[in-house]
Amino acid sequence: MSENALTTHGESTSALESLRGAAADGALASASAPASAPDGLPGVVSDWSDDKQAFRVPWGKAMMWIFLLSDTFIFTCFLTSYMNVRISTTVPWPNPSEVFALQIGNAHIPLILIAIMTMVLITSSGTMAMAVNFGYRRHRAKTTALMLMTAGFGATFVGMQAFEWTKLITEGVRPWGNPWGAAQFGSSFFMITGFHGLHVSAGVIYLTVVALRVWRGFYDRKGSYETVEITGLYWHFVDLVWVFIFAFFYLW
Amino acid sequence: MNRAVETAAADEHGEGQQHPVAIYLWIWALLFIFSTFSYLIDYFHLHGLLRWSLIITFMLLKAGFIVAIFMHMAWERLALKFAILVPPLVLLILIGLMAIEGDYTFLTRLAAFLK
Repeated sequence: MSENALTTHGESTSALESLRGAAADGALASASAPASAPDGLPGVVSDWSDDKQAFRVPWGKAMMWIFLLSDTFIFTCFLTSYMNVRISTTVPWPNPSEVFALQIGNAHIPLILIAIMTMVLITSSGTMAMAVNFGYRRHRAKTTALMLMTAGFGATFVGMQAFEWTKLITEGVRPWGNPWGAAQFGSSFFMITGFHGLHVSAGVIYLTVVALRVWRGFYDRKGSYETVEITGLYWHFVDLVWVFIFAFFYLW
Repeated sequence: MNRAVETAAADEHGEGQQHPVAIYLWIWALLFIFSTFSYLIDYFHLHGLLRWSLIITFMLLKAGFIVAIFMHMAWERLALKFAILVPPLVLLILIGLMAIEGDYTFLTRLAAFLK
């Protein structure tokens, strides 16, 4: 009986696998909100006082959000310390517009490297969003390709950052001083962009690992593509942090 | 048995956070536009209050769209929204205190150097 029903469905093996996945993933049923759960503020009260589960999302997603929350605190501490040293120094702050300018041909374009890096990271966020979307639609090849593209843009970003660091170091920027002004510029720059670059690098590895698992059909067997979305959360967060670094460190 | 098949089909097409592709493309385009504007602030050497307010505006718009749409926060339940978005507000206290402290250090340094 079951066999018949499945063969009429068409892709018998994949249907069977997703059925098996759904059965194995019993927690999934409780992950989506039951029809009885209220919305709005009463929903917050009933969710938070729930005996079993406060957040009606897959546990991996809740944990990723909580990790990202802690990461928010770390990056805010960096940016706040940067704010503090920039306020308190009596020496003029180096002009980032000039420090990060590039000579392209005969044109001297201010801040152009950072602008390109920003565009690269936003492009990667877009491809990641599409990857999550195609993941939930079970387009394995498209999801893999989009995730690898995202990782590629991430690697490009880190490469450009390596170029930026090299350029600044050869121009004499050190954590304890630089030729243009306040000594704290170097320490803030290396600390903030270094930590962000580390996040991007880790993200590239993370994305590649998950992309290969998508390609091998791991999440089809598991019956759920949540992991792609969770990876996406991390990647969008890296982009989000860059939005703040771009505004406060490079533009201010 | 039909029901099991339907569940499998539903699982295949209605799972998790699924939204029309168009909304992602729109947000993507908006992020590019806002970033270009942010860059132009610097390119045209805007300064003072206008520069700072524009920087903050575009920053918050970009951050808001990334969190709400790309990270799907707009479609999560309020319990998760509160748990994740409210705690960072305490950071405003840290930022305020450190700004005051920075000003104090600056004035102390000025006073010391003037002597």
